[in-house]
Amino acid sequence: MSYAMWILLTASLVGLSCGIVGALLILRRMAMMADAISHSVLLGIVVAYLITRELSGIHMLIGAVIAGLLTAVLVQWFHSRGVQKDASIGVVFTTMFAIGVVLIATKVGNAHLDTKHALMGEITFIPWEKVQVPWLGEIPQATLTLSAVLLLVVFIILIFYKEWKITSFDPALAASLGIPVVLMHYIFMSMVSLTTVAAFDAVGAIMVVAMLITPAASAYLWTDRLSIMMMLSALFGVVSAIMGYYIAVWLDTSISGSMAFATGLVFLLSFLFSPKHGLASRLHYRSAAADS
Amino acid sequence: MMSVIEVKDVSASYRKNQVLHNVNFEVQPGTLTAIIGPNGAGKSTLLKVLLELHPKLSGSVSFLGSNLKRMKKRIGYVPQRGSVDWDFPTHALDVVTMGLYGHIGWFRRPNRKHVERAMACLKQMGMEDYAYRQISQLSGGQQQRVFLARALVQDADLYFMDEPLAGVDAATEKAIMHTLKELKEQGKTVMVVHHDLQTVEDYFDHVLLLNRSVWAHGPTKEVFTQDNVYRTYGGTLRWMKEA
Repeated sequence: MSYAMWILLTASLVGLSCGIVGALLILRRMAMMADAISHSVLLGIVVAYLITRELSGIHMLIGAVIAGLLTAVLVQWFHSRGVQKDASIGVVFTTMFAIGVVLIATKVGNAHLDTKHALMGEITFIPWEKVQVPWLGEIPQATLTLSAVLLLVVFIILIFYKEWKITSFDPALAASLGIPVVLMHYIFMSMVSLTTVAAFDAVGAIMVVAMLITPAASAYLWTDRLSIMMMLSALFGVVSAIMGYYIAVWLDTSISGSMAFATGLVFLLSFLFSPKHGLASRLHYRSAAADS
Repeated sequence: MMSVIEVKDVSASYRKNQVLHNVNFEVQPGTLTAIIGPNGAGKSTLLKVLLELHPKLSGSVSFLGSNLKRMKKRIGYVPQRGSVDWDFPTHALDVVTMGLYGHIGWFRRPNRKHVERAMACLKQMGMEDYAYRQISQLSGGQQQRVFLARALVQDADLYFMDEPLAGVDAATEKAIMHTLKELKEQGKTVMVVHHDLQTVEDYFDHVLLLNRSVWAHGPTKEVFTQDNVYRTYGGTLRWMKEA
């Protein structure tokens, strides 16, 4: 497979997994938690590297899940002791991210793990780091990790689909029916952490937030069904990823930056033209109402 | 007769403020009880504590002599309408079907039978024409009827409802009260957080006056007196029927 095809495939996998997880993030009103987790997983990656001296898939994933869960627990802990929720999020993730940055700068800084890479990602390097996979031949490490995480996320969402729906819509009813709302919350936080860290290599901590939130926020404007929202969000993620790649090639600029920009374009178009919630249709109905 | 609910010395706090203090009461089966009290009296918190959605500091709650865990499938809960996001991408029938998720169990999806049951309950609330309507497009009264339908589909023996009549239109109020009386006639027990003192006597056969603790509890005719209401509301009562 060609160099460009690997990048497009990897970027699309980022779009798919972030899009699907993002839909639930938006509906659970946890967009800010995505921002938090995407930064604090850096600490998880660095610590995992310090312990194992490896930057391979599985260590990074475990480190990220632990860091993500720690973020969720700490945010909840401060909040339950009287700190406002958004302040609590802001305090926890910046501190964890800062520790990660300090550790990188002093202990582990090298070609593969530096602050710029962590923030912006470097999708152009991805096709160079390949691993041998039975039957499939050589495929890039990041692509393999993303595929595995995508499969896991889709599997967990599908088997607990009705539980995700009810705990997102009405957690009080869910709890009264005996559905473990708190456990589901932490499973979800783990999924966000996994998705974030898998996408990290490609698009970095800041752009992953764009991929998690913006396609989902766009999809929300187009449909009244949860399942369709998830599929649309995944589709918008892929479209933005591919569009971003070609914008980057055209302007000769950062791929991850262009991908995030493309998610913004998709959102703007949705905001203006979606038939249900779009600005254009609302103005149209308003003028139609005024005419009658 | 054995009490359906037995609450002993229950206390609970919310953000360091104690909102419930040594609450004691027992509820007999087949009764329709209004929980009334001023704002901040702990009415919603009481329901949440009974359902273990909010932790209690002390005391005990038992249902038919058993604990909540064993009784969960026989208890229905209607949260306040404002507690959920009505912009959620789903339709009325789907919300009602959620009432069955506990029965359906893990790893299984609602099948046609479940959806038919949900539809029958929507119909019972006069909402069958709105089954596939996105929930944000329903009026406040219609949303409340959807919540009631969701409680009905649970087919519980004991219901807790948090302000089901708040902000609804007259037709919805009538439909909901008709449904509550039917539940009572079927021998079910219903406890309702209620805010309208004028309708207590018409709607409920029992009343529980709550302001951090229970000030009076019993049959409406005996307990819902001007004296008791004044005592419960302290100085905060703005309206009282001319006796």
